Amino acid sequence: MQIPNVTEKWSGTVTEVTIGATKEEGGTRQKVVKVGGASCIPFMDFEGSPGHKPVIAMDVLDVPPEDWPPALMEPFKDVISDPALWAKKCVDKYGADLICIKLDGIHPDKGNRGAEEAVKTVRSVLQAVGVPLIIWGCDDTQKDNEVLPKISQATKGERCLLASATQDNYKNIVANCMADGHNLVTQAPVDVNIQKQVNILVTDIGFPLDRIVMFQTTGALGYGMEYAYSIQERERLAALSGDKFLALPVLCNVGYESWRSKEAKSKDEESPGWGLAAERGPLWETITAVTLIQSGVDIIRMYHPKAVAAVKKHIDALYTDGR
Amino acid sequence: MALTGLDIYKLLPKTNCKKCGRPTCLAFAMQLAQKKANIDECPDVSEQAKQTLGAASAPPIKLVTIGAGDNALRVGEENVLFRHEEKFYHPAGVAVAVSDRLSEAELDKKLKEVSALRFHRVGTEIGINLVAIQNDSGDKDAFARVSQKVSSNINLLLILASQSPEAMAQALSADGLAAKRPLLYGANNQNFESMAKLAKEKNCPLGVHSTSLEELADLTEKIKTLGVSEMVLNYQGNGVRDVLQGLTRLRRAALRKNFRSLGFPTITFLNDQDPYGEIAQASTYLAKYAGILVLHSYEPWQVLPLLTVRQNIYTDPQKPVQVQPKLYEVGQVTPDSPVLFTTNFSLTYYSVEGEVEASRIPTYILAVDTEGTSVLTAYSGDKLNEKVVAKAMNNTSVGERLKHKKLIIPGLVAVMSAKLKDETGWDILVGPKEASGLPSYLKTTWDRHGKKG
Ligand code: SF4
Repeated sequence: MQIPNVTEKWSGTVTEVTIGATKEEGGTRQKVVKVGGASCIPFMDFEGSPGHKPVIAMDVLDVPPEDWPPALMEPFKDVISDPALWAKKCVDKYGADLICIKLDGIHPDKGNRGAEEAVKTVRSVLQAVGVPLIIWGCDDTQKDNEVLPKISQATKGERCLLASATQDNYKNIVANCMADGHNLVTQAPVDVNIQKQVNILVTDIGFPLDRIVMFQTTGALGYGMEYAYSIQERERLAALSGDKFLALPVLCNVGYESWRSKEAKSKDEESPGWGLAAERGPLWETITAVTLIQSGVDIIRMYHPKAVAAVKKHIDALYTDGR
Repeated sequence: MALTGLDIYKLLPKTNCKKCGRPTCLAFAMQLAQKKANIDECPDVSEQAKQTLGAASAPPIKLVTIGAGDNALRVGEENVLFRHEEKFYHPAGVAVAVSDRLSEAELDKKLKEVSALRFHRVGTEIGINLVAIQNDSGDKDAFARVSQKVSSNINLLLILASQSPEAMAQALSADGLAAKRPLLYGANNQNFESMAKLAKEKNCPLGVHSTSLEELADLTEKIKTLGVSEMVLNYQGNGVRDVLQGLTRLRRAALRKNFRSLGFPTITFLNDQDPYGEIAQASTYLAKYAGILVLHSYEPWQVLPLLTVRQNIYTDPQKPVQVQPKLYEVGQVTPDSPVLFTTNFSLTYYSVEGEVEASRIPTYILAVDTEGTSVLTAYSGDKLNEKVVAKAMNNTSVGERLKHKKLIIPGLVAVMSAKLKDETGWDILVGPKEASGLPSYLKTTWDRHGKKG
């Protein structure tokens, strides 16, 4: 029996953003990463292009984490206090597409490191790896405004992705990204309208749309994942329907969020009946990532190498015609 | 797809005879479209018009019931492609496959492990729903024996999976088994007549499988004419992308095109050697658009995240999810422990709870009833003010549990400090704006000002 044609026609395409710059382009990266480009509901390539494969950015912290459970610490314990070695391990051994340097240590409550030290850390990572970088502040507005401009200048021409601009604090970081040729993360906590508003604000002062990645804040599996899921799905539908201010690649912070949940980090003796902690945490991270991917995600920040491997394998399968 | 008033008008006698109590046929048609009238009120309407109307008002995806009584599983009758448009109504069933090749001892062990797959999350118990007995042996006696054993030893719904109508018939002949309304899986282009006959005779839902959607549509039409209306479809795709696309096409054909031949819930069997891969695929199908998932592997660390995906995806997106407004204890609290308040919006509450746990500092969390809204939303809507907080403190008698009178409030509502102090007489400490700031706040600021001063 003939079945009805269910192909949907879309008028919009997610903007393509290029992260990293090679020598020829004025940077030092061995390769660049392109994200975005989807013109169909995720993976429905019978009605458009699924766009570039979602990429994995592995997090590297500038100061050793204090509260990581053993299952998460294990793969990094030899490199945990050296961001450059840590980043190198993520790329060489675990296949990270990008490195996200998370500047926890500049936070007033977590060490209050100065800009100079942060710049040094970022430089050491740039030298250690050939993949493009994401550089993420500490979410303390004042401190970020102090430190991120210095990092922006120090990495001029590398076309990094800097985070983040919010509705209330965007001018400073936008000016720096513009001057130094970086990409920008715009952030709006689970709210489509505010997200669009931030994107309009930053483009109003001259920042190009094709250098923006959106971030809604992420909920882990079991801890509000569905909010992020539906916000991202609505944004992707708006993008495909031609709203250019929402037709931008989306980033999710999966590693940090999923490893905060009880299910990921509790010890075996604390949670009888839940199964091995060594598998529970990495799988919790994996499932948060693969479920969110269905809502339309382009960059996934992750922690555990086992989860990274599983998510990469899953993404490859989503881009393979099995028939 | 619902008919419009005009569509319905075309089906009526158009005599305006008023016997229905309405002035015109058109008026009656409009009321029918709004479901404010019943077609039987018109004595002159044709049988054919009745049928057309009846078919058009049936849900586009059939509701299928597996099992009987209170524990029955209902899948199907979904209305939307994207959960934010409305919600997903009938949570997918999760099954674990059991082979009829297992020895007695292996079977006993597996049934015990499968029975234990229940978990408590967010105040709700979640668990798997079904066991799928698979006729891997090809032997009908083994299939019947294992089916019988599973049926009498486990309190879960059943899927009988065999391609052989003889094996199916024998398994169903066991005492009381058919009355449990197992899903009979399944019918294909070879055996559908005998399978449909069994399903009709025993009043059981029938699984139908094929490697093509076109053939599935053919089969459901043929099976309908054999008197079976409750079907569950398996599109046997090749690889995760193909299956995902098949599930999407099925859902779209039913909802967007009102294509009845595919208007049924689905079933998908997982069988990946990679324990992460299997759950990754199952979660993907759960989001888009599985009715029943049959797992091959079933470690608790695999099943818990999958059931949590189901819990998340099937949450009603229009309704803010709330936790009970009360005083929560995190860790081994004492009368010297800090107390902080947040709202009863579950997302807010659980992020606060998660951070407090991470701090490893025993703390009281007062979840204030803000009708399930977040701190800022509640504050700007006046659902969160000094009176609301004071009332929550009274209701929970938090003061009697503590030696101190210091309340930590969310940094986002620092402006209410003075009024709250007046209202309660407590010292107000302004906490961090984001939950993520709590561990360092509790370790440093509270330690300095709270505990000692
Ligand atoms: S009873 Fe039937 S035919 Fe008569 S007016 Fe009503 S709808 Fe028309």
